Amino acid sequence: MEFSELIRTGRAQAELLPGPEEAPLRGTLCVTGHHLLLSPGPPSTPDLWLLLLRSVDSIEKRVAGDSGTITLRCKDLRVLQLDIEGVEATLDIARSIEALSSLESVITSFPFFYRPKGLRLGDAWHFHPPERYYKRVARETNAWRLSEVNQDFSLCPSYPRAVIVPRAVDDDALAQCARFRQGGRFPVLCYHHAPSGTVLLRSSQPLIGPQKRRCAEDEDLLRAVLTGARPGAQGFIVDTRSAQAAKQARMTGGGTEAKAAYPGWKRLHRPLERGRALQESFVRLVEACGDTEQSMDRWLSRLEGCRWLAHVKEALSTACLAAQGMEREGACILVHGAEGTDSTLLVTSLAQLILDPLSRTITGFQELVEREWIQAGHPFQLRCAHSAFSHARPKHEAPTFLLFLDCVWQLGRQFPLSLEFGEGLLLALFEHAYASPFGTFLCNSEKERCLCEVRTRTHSLWSGLNQPKEQRKLRNPLYVPNPLAIWPSVEPQSLRLWQGLFLRWTRPPEPSEVAWEKVWQIVTEREKTGDSAHSFCLSPQPKQ
Amino acid sequence: MATITCNQTCRYCDTGLPGNSRQLVTHWRSAGSLRAPGRQSAGGPQAVGNGVENVRLVDRVSSKKAVLGTLYLTATHVIFVENVPDARKETWILHSQISTIEKQATTATGCPLLIRCKNFQIIQLIIPQERDCHDVYISLTRLARPVKYEELYCFSFNPKLDKEEREQGWMLIDLSEEYKRMGLPNNYWQLSDVNRDYKVCDSYPTELYVPKSATAHIIVGSSKFRSRRRFPALSYYYKDNHASICRSSQPLSGFSARCLEDEQMLQAIRKANPGSDFIYVVDTRPKLNAMANRAAGKGYENEDNYSNIKFQFIGIENIHVMRNSLQKMLEVCELKSPSMSDFLWGLENSGWLRHIKAIMDAGIFIAKAVSEEGASVLVHCSDGWDRTAQVCSVASLLLDPHYRTLKGFMVLIEKDWISFGHKFNHRYGNLDGDPKEISPVIDQFIECVWQLMEQFPCAFEFNERFLIHIQHHIYSCQFGNFLCNSQKERQELK
Repeated sequence: MEFSELIRTGRAQAELLPGPEEAPLRGTLCVTGHHLLLSPGPPSTPDLWLLLLRSVDSIEKRVAGDSGTITLRCKDLRVLQLDIEGVEATLDIARSIEALSSLESVITSFPFFYRPKGLRLGDAWHFHPPERYYKRVARETNAWRLSEVNQDFSLCPSYPRAVIVPRAVDDDALAQCARFRQGGRFPVLCYHHAPSGTVLLRSSQPLIGPQKRRCAEDEDLLRAVLTGARPGAQGFIVDTRSAQAAKQARMTGGGTEAKAAYPGWKRLHRPLERGRALQESFVRLVEACGDTEQSMDRWLSRLEGCRWLAHVKEALSTACLAAQGMEREGACILVHGAEGTDSTLLVTSLAQLILDPLSRTITGFQELVEREWIQAGHPFQLRCAHSAFSHARPKHEAPTFLLFLDCVWQLGRQFPLSLEFGEGLLLALFEHAYASPFGTFLCNSEKERCLCEVRTRTHSLWSGLNQPKEQRKLRNPLYVPNPLAIWPSVEPQSLRLWQGLFLRWTRPPEPSEVAWEKVWQIVTEREKTGDSAHSFCLSPQPKQ
Repeated sequence: MATITCNQTCRYCDTGLPGNSRQLVTHWRSAGSLRAPGRQSAGGPQAVGNGVENVRLVDRVSSKKAVLGTLYLTATHVIFVENVPDARKETWILHSQISTIEKQATTATGCPLLIRCKNFQIIQLIIPQERDCHDVYISLTRLARPVKYEELYCFSFNPKLDKEEREQGWMLIDLSEEYKRMGLPNNYWQLSDVNRDYKVCDSYPTELYVPKSATAHIIVGSSKFRSRRRFPALSYYYKDNHASICRSSQPLSGFSARCLEDEQMLQAIRKANPGSDFIYVVDTRPKLNAMANRAAGKGYENEDNYSNIKFQFIGIENIHVMRNSLQKMLEVCELKSPSMSDFLWGLENSGWLRHIKAIMDAGIFIAKAVSEEGASVLVHCSDGWDRTAQVCSVASLLLDPHYRTLKGFMVLIEKDWISFGHKFNHRYGNLDGDPKEISPVIDQFIECVWQLMEQFPCAFEFNERFLIHIQHHIYSCQFGNFLCNSQKERQELK
């Protein structure tokens, strides 16, 4: 096994300072292929402390005298300090961690070795794919069909094998459309809103180019969407770039739908930040949150300067726009930016949470993440290679998925009863997206996951999360199913910093944990006594 | 004469209209012969004239659409009744809650009147007729600014309670009980009657705890050396280690003045705590302000003159800065669809959260000095009734879980605010007065409590609504608790 070559020193005596509020831990430090272990020695052997090496984002070493200090900054934003006896040992351990935490190979990563008790391989892998969602759509409308045109990933390498498309469009036409869209991402259905009969679609940009190319099949497809919804239905194309950026994209072969070519469709531009700008915003925010020596004024101006909350606001309001178009104006919505793998998914998944009560349940939300992010080809491996502490120049990293989770958190804060899951699930998804013993977030697309045999050789995060012992952490005890759309306020006054994530390691967790536990207790007791006559309510009820 | 029946009640008052009459008194059109509510005939409020019809109400909560309805003015409330037949939703605003009324430029739909409330509610009324609008404006301007205590709502507010129940209500909070709970009197602290009949200090209560070794001579001497004679007195006693929090006003030290009795007074406080050989003296003002005060013959304690004190400045700004800060923050909140940057930048620029943090910092400093170092603390600012009250009560709240219960919190407000002469009337503009005296001092304390509740969700017996209720009633004058500027004034009024 090649790991052994990378481990220069396996063991050292060390003291771990896990955080400002926690007691230090002394013991024997041990580097293995995937983990960093600290065993406090015989008297208290069971308290083994363990860190997945994959979750180390950056490492800093300092030596003084005959000992050294390693500061580990993790992808989940935790900062750990290790005091190690011996200069050599310090340097060797630092180098080993550095090498092991940045291994590129997928199939030697920990998920391929992780075999937890109580879980069977392949358990939850056939749980969520688009086929399952199609069954629901088919019950609601006849206008759509499940196409297996992408069976061998030849049409679109970033789409799953099966996609939902208008019944009126055959597979040959889809092949033509795929050629006309960047990366082959032709328009597919992501959500059918039964009450209004409208649909939400996503794609990538059309390859119009400087010659203003057109594609009859693509135009037919979008026309079929409108006629499938309702005769005379309207459509909106939400482009997540500014009008100017979309126009500029023509120079490099891309572009956006011309009005004349797509009758019935109106284009709206809602620029959303992506890529490096988003990553930098994230880095700056985490920097500001980690700085404990600052005045109130500096804090607010830094919060403003990093623009993270502005991104949250933009993402939520664009999602509201899409959702509003469907529910209030009865229009079909197509969302795309350039590649259609980042801000596009952000908008479509948030719009579904706003409109679809089922996606606000625990299973529904897991399905949404699986369908709209993992299977829809969000390149997790590239985007989450590094978190906010890495000194490496960002290449493809961007916290788009984290931004999505933050927006969901904001929804949960504004509608405390309407989501079946709590902050715990969102935090877990954040951690696992960046470093996980499970295979769910591995690779960039279904195609890659098939090549690496992720489904048969690793465990699914969903089966890990759905074990009974995890439920109390993840579930929202106050949940009451809400059949209506939840319209969030996107005014700056209504949006807040997600303290549970960004300040998670800089403040004591007890008060909020105690509160969470207390609410659980109250709810459980209430259920026991059968006192469901007046279910209590946290949201302010206007007194008439 | 017109009467309408109101089906609903004010959100806060709960009892509907005062008195037995369900009639509404309307004042406009008789603005010239306006009668103050307090002077009305014994037969209860009378109705004069009709409501103004076809008024549009715009508030920021219920969508941006205006609702059509009828506006009524009563002796105590502005009431807006929506035209929607089934709901007939009513909006009630207490006159004493009105902060400013602004007449805006007339538009095609009518004459807009912007009412800003002290609980930060903002309501726009669009009145079709210019003349009606002017009448309403004049009436409200007068009604919102009573000149005498007798005109206030609490003197006409009459919940269905008999005399006995009412008196019981006043007995609910007993400060001597509270001092007993702290473990007083004991070997170190005793009840002093030196301020009987407010002889020494007219803004202090009559019952005060002072160190046993402080004789009447020392107290009186010390009081002469303190601004408005507010000598050091006990605010909170920490049973566990005998440390205490005392409060006073600034010393009249100028550049070099000394006072032996005042020095003895501080020594007495130190000696009352056998666990520590020094006391902290915390001046909650910015150092610059305190130094400027020296030129006026006031100032702060000189460490050379007082033995065994550790002197500390904690820069909380004065009431004028706070008033402006609140004003700026409200402007930010009033912005129509601001961007995230506008909002955060405006919030920072208002300085509001910085001030809140300064108050919390001071509270934490004192609580730590008491609980961790076991040292007693003397707190003062200028007069010792604004910042000192804020800081002492935040520190007490941090130290003692009792103050985090419903009853305990009321006791805390009675003790640190009401009894120690926080100038409720001046600060919250209950009666028409100097606008420069108005400042959101207790609002800031309430926000500090809210911030603590956010961080420690399980530590408080009460919730946000309780805080909002208290804030409302500080301005509402519905109950007598928050009237007047000092215990003495209240005694004279009752």
